[in-house]
Amino acid sequence: MFTSCADPNSIEGLTWLLCYLTTGKHLLFYASFGVVLLLLAITAPAALAFGFGGAMAARSPFLPLRMIGKAYTAMVRGVPDIIFFLFVPIALDQGFEWLRHKVKCPDWTEPIRRGSDFVVCPAAKLPLSTSPQWVHESYGFAMAALAFSVVFGAFAANVIYGAMQAVPRAQIETAEAYGMTPRQGFWRILVPQMWTFALPGLSNLWMILIKATPLLFLLGVEDIVYWARELGGSKTSQYAYPHPDWRVWYFLALLAFYLGMTRLSEMVLGRLTGRLSRGQATLGGEMQRKAAR
Amino acid sequence: MSCWDTFLAYGLRSVGIGERLLPRTGFTLCEHVTLIGSGLIWNLYFGVLALGFGFLLANAVALGKASPNRWLRKPAEWFVFLFRGSPLFIQFFLAYETFVLLPRAGIDIPLGFTTITVATSWLSKAWAGALVVLFLNTAAYSGEIFYGALRSVPKGDIEAADAYGMAGWSRFRRVIWPTMMRLAWPAYTNEAIFLFHATTLVYFSGFPAFQQKGDALYYATYFASKTFNPFIAYPVIAAYFIMLTLLVITAFGVINRRLNRHLPQAQRGRIRLRPTLIR
Repeated sequence: MFTSCADPNSIEGLTWLLCYLTTGKHLLFYASFGVVLLLLAITAPAALAFGFGGAMAARSPFLPLRMIGKAYTAMVRGVPDIIFFLFVPIALDQGFEWLRHKVKCPDWTEPIRRGSDFVVCPAAKLPLSTSPQWVHESYGFAMAALAFSVVFGAFAANVIYGAMQAVPRAQIETAEAYGMTPRQGFWRILVPQMWTFALPGLSNLWMILIKATPLLFLLGVEDIVYWARELGGSKTSQYAYPHPDWRVWYFLALLAFYLGMTRLSEMVLGRLTGRLSRGQATLGGEMQRKAAR
Repeated sequence: MSCWDTFLAYGLRSVGIGERLLPRTGFTLCEHVTLIGSGLIWNLYFGVLALGFGFLLANAVALGKASPNRWLRKPAEWFVFLFRGSPLFIQFFLAYETFVLLPRAGIDIPLGFTTITVATSWLSKAWAGALVVLFLNTAAYSGEIFYGALRSVPKGDIEAADAYGMAGWSRFRRVIWPTMMRLAWPAYTNEAIFLFHATTLVYFSGFPAFQQKGDALYYATYFASKTFNPFIAYPVIAAYFIMLTLLVITAFGVINRRLNRHLPQAQRGRIRLRPTLIR
């Protein structure tokens, strides 16, 4: 990156360290922190949407829909989330390919599952084998993001369902007394009031989501764990910057990163909790009211 | 090979008893169920031991966090923040890399008159190294739960103990601690469940599976990668874990009933699974 780094063997000390920390691979390592943040930025709203949908389905008066919603929320209880992270991407991938196979190659007669192979016609492959490398990588990332959204959506559905139940019944009864339809009562009364009950659970979920991001590594995405292992492993003198096994230091950096994220989130969520409990008939709101007086 | 033969060959494969080679072709449902079930032994081993030792440390951590002495309080707070604020996955990696760096021959501790050599190579094995991480991790999570419960012990209980002339250790052992356990127990049950779930991470985080002796998820991914069919192996392990979860809830429910036996029927808290506590 710097011109002084042209010959790594001749430099020493801090200059060496500076040059070492700005090699091309290290820049990719720093960019992979962006991948983690991107995953958080995509997954959090998506999981919230999944969770909202799941909670609405679980409250639906229509029985089959209610059963789907309940099954979705019950899914994450009892089964480790990592199993879903391993299962959902492969299952979705094969599901998509199977659907495309049915549509694009209707005259294909051979079976798709042959022993230990899953073979679809070339036109149905996802992504197409002719597509460039970045499409393959972003497809992998998209699958991972989808898996995260589905699993955390189920967690969020639990929280939101509970929060909807926690809104005092009298509020809905008042809405009915004013002649609101169930739909109006839901959107105008229930949903605005539910957030303060949902917030503790949702902030807990956010913390869990942050701490689940290293699992991206298991899904084959080149994330921070991948690069920490890659860069930290001992390098012989064949490399430009030989060093012994430094993986401990790389993982310490990751640890510091996650601790920082946790601390920052705690502070932001604390403020948000204060903001949302303003004027609510809860213990938190009551304490604010007394303090203001 | 009948299913019984498969069971004899692979039932204890995860601890190294039975057939040496894993099945390679023509995977049957029986092989799935047997081998994944055999891997569950390791999940139970990690879960039960980490929970048992972690319980003791968690009590110490909770008391430390509630202590007025800052030399006890600060370390406990940092311990909890360190292990609750970072992903278990990273903790596993970091611990493994640290244990690997320890000198193979052991560490010499000079005691003046003699020198003790502490062997360290076993720490880089999964059975010990991962157990240490899980133990510290669950101690931090349950310590926080116990601390919260300790702070919500009713004031009246303590005043009643004072009125009876109890103080110090006897007040703690006979009044405060049982109430703390009673209040913490539902949340602690959740923690136990998620600890068992967390044990599946061990063999994905640096710790190698020696001679393919792994846990349930290790074998499930083995099958899924060989057959390229996730629809058998993962549902099988999911079923195992649902059973394990129900078992944990039942066992902890028995203790919960005992802790609450003095309360009137209507006030007894029931354990509800609230999955808001994973790592």
